[in-house]
Amino acid sequence: MQVPATVVVDVGDVPVALSTGDAALATVLQRRFHRFLTSSTAPAFHFDITVIPDEAAENADGDRDEDLQVRAEGGLWRLRRGDFRAEWDPETRRGWIRQRLSPYAADSVLRIVHTLLLSRARGFLLHASSVVRNGKAFLFTGPSGAGKTTIARLAPADAVVLTDEISYVRRVGGRYIAYGTPFAGELSDSGEPVSAPVAAVFGLAWAPDPSHERLAEAAAVQMLMRNILFFASDPALTGHLLETACDFAGAVPAFRLAFAPDARVWSTIS
Amino acid sequence: MSDVFFTRADKLAARKVAGEIVILRADDSSLYVLNPVASAVWEAADGRTPLDAVVRDVICRDYDVDAETALRDATELLAALSAQGLLRTSDQPLPAADQAPPHGAGA
Repeated sequence: MQVPATVVVDVGDVPVALSTGDAALATVLQRRFHRFLTSSTAPAFHFDITVIPDEAAENADGDRDEDLQVRAEGGLWRLRRGDFRAEWDPETRRGWIRQRLSPYAADSVLRIVHTLLLSRARGFLLHASSVVRNGKAFLFTGPSGAGKTTIARLAPADAVVLTDEISYVRRVGGRYIAYGTPFAGELSDSGEPVSAPVAAVFGLAWAPDPSHERLAEAAAVQMLMRNILFFASDPALTGHLLETACDFAGAVPAFRLAFAPDARVWSTIS
Repeated sequence: MSDVFFTRADKLAARKVAGEIVILRADDSSLYVLNPVASAVWEAADGRTPLDAVVRDVICRDYDVDAETALRDATELLAALSAQGLLRTSDQPLPAADQAPPHGAGA
């Protein structure tokens, strides 16, 4: 009999325990989240993970490429996608995941859980890279291909990359704080597990010469709402999210940043 | 012309940002930003005040526009916002929508 292994992943000071009796998955998860592992014995949430073979998943659940669905039913959150099924009870703070042997299902469940938690905690996950320099966090948002990863890679040597793909932002004590995340694309690496107050957010665009212009608050809200990760069409959560985006836009300056892929852009940012 | 009454649709979240109303639809996450005149119409959408009174008491008071032009523009605006599912209209007074006021997030 295999002894369950538990990996506790701490993002934004919220530790989530992932327990599995599958030694191969435990190793995969430890590698995936290695910078964000904690020894916390009191995680905020706990998931039990069962690994199912690809053939069984195909037979039992159908389409491997099924799109993500997130539904609230009877006080439970139910999540399903081609490569996993999951259920989560926010009251008991426990849930389960049935998934194939890969890091992506648990990674997706963690993203969804954090978006739901953050929506009630004046925070959000944003399609953005984020970089800390001189104690200040700078966010760079936009769709795929906008340059999020590029601008993070161009950061000066004294900068710390929190993430090159998914930024974690939460209001703490009257300020918005950006935290590092392990949420990376298939070809990129995890961010660093540090945090800093957000000094500015930039919407990215390509141009031969770097320049930036300040956005009005309503335009900043539009930019944020286009790029915030959100998976549930729940009216109350949607209201919380708009409230947070408007509050953030009133507290943090937002800019449209045009740049070419060279290091000059960082002189305009700092 | 008969009176036109209008109120905000359900399942919207709205917030005033630097003088402009930002509206988010809960069903498909569509986002709308209203200009100042449209924002004034939105804020007046209580289901009880007819459009011509809103034009006379709010728009003509705050903007340099004659009543006839303002009413024509406001009627077009109302049709556009209704077509987007943001407002409901009727020739009778309407109950207020199930949502928070524009300074807060609604459900």
